[in-house]
Amino acid sequence: MTDILQLLVYGLVLGSVLTMGAIGVSMIFGILRFAHFAHGDFMTLGAYLGLAFISAFHLSAWWALPAAMVGMAVIAVFIDQVLYRRLRRTQPVILLIASFGMALILRSLVQLIWGSDNQTYATGIQFPWRLDWLGGIRLKPDHLWIMLISLGLVIAVHLFLTRSRLGKAMRAMSDNMDLALVSGIPAERVIMVTWVIGGALAAAAGVFLGIDTRLHPVMGWTALLPVFAATILGGIGRPYGAIAGGMIIGVSMEMSTLLIPAAYKPAVAFAIMVGMLILRPQGIFKGTL
Amino acid sequence: MTNLLDAREIYGGYGGVDILQGTNLRVAPDEIVVIIGPNGAGKSTAMKAVFGLLRIRAGEVRYKGEAITNAKPEQMVRRGIAYVPQEKNVFPSLTVRENLEMGAYLMKGDLSKRLDKVYTLFPKLAERRRQQAGLMSGGERQMVAMGRALMIDPELLMLDEPTAGLSPLLIDETFERIKEINAQGIGVLMVEQNAKQALAIADRGYVLATGRNRHEDTGPNLLADPEVAEMFLGG
Amino acid sequence: MELSGIASYLVSFLTFAGVYAVLALGLNMQWGFTGQFNIGIAGFFAVGAYTSAILTTPSSPAYLGGFGMPFLVGLAGAVIAATIIGVIIGLITARLRTDYLAIASIGIAEMIRLFIKNEDWLSNGVRGIAGIPRPLEGTPLDTPLGYLLVVAVFVVAVYFLVERAYASPWGRVLRAIRENEPATAAAGKDIANFRLQAFVLGSAIMGLGGGLYAHFFGFLSPEAFMPLYGTFIVWVMLIAGGSGNNRGAILGAVVVWGVWSVTELLTDLLPAEHATQGAALRVLLIGVLLQVILVTRPEGILPEKPPRLIADRRRKR
Repeated sequence: MTDILQLLVYGLVLGSVLTMGAIGVSMIFGILRFAHFAHGDFMTLGAYLGLAFISAFHLSAWWALPAAMVGMAVIAVFIDQVLYRRLRRTQPVILLIASFGMALILRSLVQLIWGSDNQTYATGIQFPWRLDWLGGIRLKPDHLWIMLISLGLVIAVHLFLTRSRLGKAMRAMSDNMDLALVSGIPAERVIMVTWVIGGALAAAAGVFLGIDTRLHPVMGWTALLPVFAATILGGIGRPYGAIAGGMIIGVSMEMSTLLIPAAYKPAVAFAIMVGMLILRPQGIFKGTL
Repeated sequence: MTNLLDAREIYGGYGGVDILQGTNLRVAPDEIVVIIGPNGAGKSTAMKAVFGLLRIRAGEVRYKGEAITNAKPEQMVRRGIAYVPQEKNVFPSLTVRENLEMGAYLMKGDLSKRLDKVYTLFPKLAERRRQQAGLMSGGERQMVAMGRALMIDPELLMLDEPTAGLSPLLIDETFERIKEINAQGIGVLMVEQNAKQALAIADRGYVLATGRNRHEDTGPNLLADPEVAEMFLGG
Repeated sequence: MELSGIASYLVSFLTFAGVYAVLALGLNMQWGFTGQFNIGIAGFFAVGAYTSAILTTPSSPAYLGGFGMPFLVGLAGAVIAATIIGVIIGLITARLRTDYLAIASIGIAEMIRLFIKNEDWLSNGVRGIAGIPRPLEGTPLDTPLGYLLVVAVFVVAVYFLVERAYASPWGRVLRAIRENEPATAAAGKDIANFRLQAFVLGSAIMGLGGGLYAHFFGFLSPEAFMPLYGTFIVWVMLIAGGSGNNRGAILGAVVVWGVWSVTELLTDLLPAEHATQGAALRVLLIGVLLQVILVTRPEGILPEKPPRLIADRRRKR
């Protein structure tokens, strides 16, 4: 029983990371109609930007988070303006190819700048709390922070989407692009904000991954498949579905280690995704197919 | 006096093929103008071209004397022109209120006055303001769509087949609303399949065929014209 | 470098370009003809390569195999295995929009790589399979030039197969689906079925490419089927050469493999401690090359030319 509860906690931590990635993928799909294959490498680059920032200013590990989020938001907008924007008038699938190429470009940049070895944020050795009231499971402070900050970011995104004019415009554009244009909603500005949010959340996911384990040039690429699985599970183009999708995928991946070798964790995400594609391709929350 | 809208000899269409072959359209302030014509005549195309959604290859569009040919839709909205497409004219996952807010996206200042004005015209929207537009009936969605367009306090309202797919009762109601809107001093340019009823409330009408003006006259005169009657009014 | 050195380099260069040309032709079947976005090429490539290797190598205690079958049987096995995988993925995704195919296909490719890496009994895991027999072993043609000849024969054969398919009524339906799906469906064509057929045929060709690779390289490990080498470079080849154009696919394979090889020669000049940096730099260059092509010449070096017999070439919008 303790094992299961412990894995549940790990699953929720992983789910938080995946959710941060999946919200961005879902939003970008909703607005720009393409699956953003560079999102995993956005996570990687974000994590390394955070590392660069804290080592340059000798700060503690958590300072990596805000630095990475700001840096990645800027880079995401820059990549969109330089590359994706020029391809917007063609079919969305060309954007998909371009993003696949961008994924490799970013990864090789990370390798060029920071090398291919594992690195860490050096949080020091943490003593996990033992929660006797919860069957004696162990909880690391870092894990608690990852979950709490993710929750905070999700709430912030929710408030932005439902309360702010720009957030509502983003949902409107995702609903009906032509009508948004006719209503005078400035598409380019909404797209820019989409990249700011998508980039910042991807960076958060990357920093969380780095704090939980280590930094490596393919860390984000490895996470991309589970992130896509979470996105599809929640209904592609539906940021709220991404939260449920992220948690389900995260928990299933961790729980699966009770039954199968841990090396096959990504396969679990993939299997759930394929099952979903067969049974209910629009996702739990009926995405914009 | 200056026309509100004046489109002269416009040519344009999709992918290098001109659907509009020198179309002329004119709307005076306070007028209701109806465009009728057979399928494929270019009625909707003309509306889209005027509103900047399609490229005009030749010709000129003026709004209150100012050239607006090929201006972006955003510019049209800023000038006070509102357009309601025929299909998919609401944001389905947004609530009624949010749909209306999106109509006024470019407008500064107090939203509530604009909302009140729309709610007065369509009291049902006030009741349903929290409902998702996608879950509403066709007639209600049409109200949301018109309400969204009216949020900018337009001087010219362009409607593409506002009664398409509605029941006869709702068609009557829609034309009543259009008359009310026009009575507030808003010029209306609309494409309609229900030619008889539309011409009955129209000040003037155009008959379009193969992208050209075929007839142009007052509503009553077009209704009385035997050729027009035979072609479009079901004999 | 001596003249003979240059010549032998050229022969091995062309041999590998030929293997990649087969992969690019397979991708053209899927993307160029039908607009299906398969980015799991590495998966089909790997399945073909490993199947052929297991069927033809002498027995080894380390992994499944030891069937010692002839080269052609290995290749047939490669094609069949890739076909089966193609049918499975195709059935799942044929009804869905192409983004799902993209995600599902890269998923299956990663799963296959994961499986090969972790199941030692089957594939010897990360240690890989060595000593895969050459195609013409025991004949006087067992020379590099001989291998090149074999690859050339396969490239030409696949080219004619794909070219015939393109010009056939069947190929016409595929293009119609790509250009205007609703109209083709309205004309009574079973879109999902046509798509599935093209996808499976493309997968089979990729499996063949994998089989050829195994026999010419002689050694297989999961590293060779990373998304970069297995998938991305093939995409760049097809897009650079001209999607939809089979000659373009072959030309693209030669040109891009050329660029890739030249950058290898250049980065080899770097001191050894910068070797990983050099590899990253090469990937960066190929990535940038793709983006430049997409932005400046998306139709590729040899744009698609549909056969003349189709009178109706109007396009909506």
